[in-house]
Amino acid sequence: MRFEYEAAPEDTTHVNLQDSYGLFINGEFTSAQDGKTFQTLNPATEEVLADVAYAAESDVDRAVKAAQSAYDTVWSKLTGKERGKYIYRIARRLQEKARELAVLESLDGGKPIKEARDVDIPLAANHFFYYAGWADKLSYATFGGPPKSLGVVGQVIPWNFPLLMAAWKIAPALAAGNTVVLKPAETTPLTALHLCKLFQEIDLPKGVVNIICGDGATGANLIKHPGIKKVAFTGSTKVGKQIAQIAHAHQKAVTLELGGKGAHIIFEDAAINQAVEGVVRGIYFNQGHVCCAGSRLFVQERVMDAVIERLSRRIETLRVGNPLDKNTDIGAINSKMQLDKINDYISIGIDEGAKVRRSSCKLPTRGYFCAPTFFTDVSPAHRIAREEIFGPVLSVLSFRTTEEVIQKANNSPYGLSAGIWSEKGSKVLAVSQRLEAGIIWDNTFNQFDPAAPFGGYKESGFGREGGMQGLYPYLSV
Amino acid sequence: MKWEGWSLSVDRTAIEARAVELSKRSIKKASKVEALTHILQMIDLTTLEGADTQGVIKALCHKAMHPHQRGYPSVAAVCVYPNLIADAKAYLNGSTVHVASVATGFPSGQVPMSAKIQDTEAALRAGADEIDMVISRGEFLKGNLEFVSDEIKAIKKICGDVHLKVILETGEIGSLEMIRQASFLAMTAGADFIKTSTGKISSAANFLSVMVMIEAIRDYHLATGKKIGFKPAGGIKRAKQAIQYLVMVNEILGSEWLTPELLRFGASSLMNDVLMQLEKEQSGQYQSAPYYSLAY
Repeated sequence: MRFEYEAAPEDTTHVNLQDSYGLFINGEFTSAQDGKTFQTLNPATEEVLADVAYAAESDVDRAVKAAQSAYDTVWSKLTGKERGKYIYRIARRLQEKARELAVLESLDGGKPIKEARDVDIPLAANHFFYYAGWADKLSYATFGGPPKSLGVVGQVIPWNFPLLMAAWKIAPALAAGNTVVLKPAETTPLTALHLCKLFQEIDLPKGVVNIICGDGATGANLIKHPGIKKVAFTGSTKVGKQIAQIAHAHQKAVTLELGGKGAHIIFEDAAINQAVEGVVRGIYFNQGHVCCAGSRLFVQERVMDAVIERLSRRIETLRVGNPLDKNTDIGAINSKMQLDKINDYISIGIDEGAKVRRSSCKLPTRGYFCAPTFFTDVSPAHRIAREEIFGPVLSVLSFRTTEEVIQKANNSPYGLSAGIWSEKGSKVLAVSQRLEAGIIWDNTFNQFDPAAPFGGYKESGFGREGGMQGLYPYLSV
Repeated sequence: MKWEGWSLSVDRTAIEARAVELSKRSIKKASKVEALTHILQMIDLTTLEGADTQGVIKALCHKAMHPHQRGYPSVAAVCVYPNLIADAKAYLNGSTVHVASVATGFPSGQVPMSAKIQDTEAALRAGADEIDMVISRGEFLKGNLEFVSDEIKAIKKICGDVHLKVILETGEIGSLEMIRQASFLAMTAGADFIKTSTGKISSAANFLSVMVMIEAIRDYHLATGKKIGFKPAGGIKRAKQAIQYLVMVNEILGSEWLTPELLRFGASSLMNDVLMQLEKEQSGQYQSAPYYSLAY
């Protein structure tokens, strides 16, 4: 007899979801000048959540000018201590609104409520707390005289961690003394817009942060704008390369946090059961929509059978379905487009001759869902071992020696993250020094902390976010 | 054994994270009633006091057979000292409730092997349906694994078909790796169940020891096909805690372990909290403690 858990949906009645949202420019919500809007969907139901104003070039211009004016008249005149107080108030208000923001994040993006509640929102608040502390200590972060702010920065963020990425971008920029124009992803604008309400509630001076919504064209207009001094982008490597070209053509500083194909390594002397949990966290967390996901699993041959046997059983216990259910482990894929892309890669993997294993779970009939999947018998030449899938799809490869796994792990155009499972500390340290990855986890995976710098090698981008290093791109030293 | 091919390692941080994750499962309404009904029937209702008398055992047995005036199912077993087995058997006559007896110099196990054997033989003669033995923690901690293995084998041999639960006393074992090692030691030596604690020291069943033992049972099952039972005991006072352990077993071992044949809860005060929660699911309100009869 199976023990089934009854549905445990999170209450949504406390969420103040509006039918329509404007652009947030100069401290006010405003329509686009041409009145154009687009819709944002709930990917778990395919229902429309709200209409959102679409920013055309003239709206981008208004936002940049508001940010410039706020920089010139208010923000650049404040002491670091005063800026820090505002950032601290954002963090506090964000904590107070955590429940509402968690539900909105789950509704708009499809992620399980337990992750929005326990990961996204608390980390976003922590990021503001952390950089609030730096605002009056910038001269300790750099050599030479006190560093200067840059002016107006343009930021473009992705749909996988909408509020958290907004926090990663806005908090260091404000601490360093800049003002901001930020564009959230087209499919997930809601939490960034609700963040603007918090800015109003804590009396953040008008124009210090402006949020404009839209698609790729809106983002391009933002980074091209002559008023923007620095561009920060998190998203795909393909778009990152385009942004780098535009930014260079317009002589702007740029930092990029792009894709990845993280190497997750299990040595024979690992705590195997916990390593398998690490694999689950590495690839199925947030439906695998994680740039630093551990999507290439390297298992030492001696323990391959033990790992595969456990992983096969484990994916059967992952609960896929309604993101608002408190027991859901895997929610909805963020968009139809992304689901199609993931399914294409699964077909490619099968065509390439890899062996596919998928959870037998029943998927909801509406909405965009994908059962947790992994491939065995994958070779390093397979496309599923090289290209970023950005979904709950893992490629499992084998290795025999330490030397071999270092070569295989580095055999990728990407270099964002890696994870190592071994009970031998000296081995973990030795291997991690030779892996080309910006973040390396020791016997864990997908752990984040505002004090730890995050960023990539090679085509995973450049510049660091988080920690003291996360201030540098926003300072002139 | 296949499991010997790789390590006995346990990563404390990671296993704790997994335990916390599982403890956050939201078990409400019908699934809560289902879980509590399972748990009630898996209880080894226990009294292990120097002051136990025939009167106490009589009360315990009555409570075991008739948990509540509204007719809930009886518990799995009562768990008593060897001296009181015969009385328990007499009071439980005709019911499905088993009599489990502690043995082998419970709780410390610091008696000669001959005394452990006599203790067990006496319990079996008195009619015990199940034996809860303790391992020699001192020998285990010294590294004398063979001694521990041999004593379990010897007791299992005497027990025959009578179910043998082996108490590791995880609170004295000291590290998660050693709890894992002791679990394998007990299973390979013939334990039908492995049990966390005697309930006689302050550190009893907790998330970490429970997770380690459940994973060891799963690994042993994957390697041998044999299903070993699990009994958390000591300090389990609240239904919520028992539900969390039930969820851990459900998700790591699978729902085929959700039977009194393979899962028991060693407890005394847990039973009334389970009944109180079950009544609350019916009526929508909590009744105060005096509405639930004592078991002594």
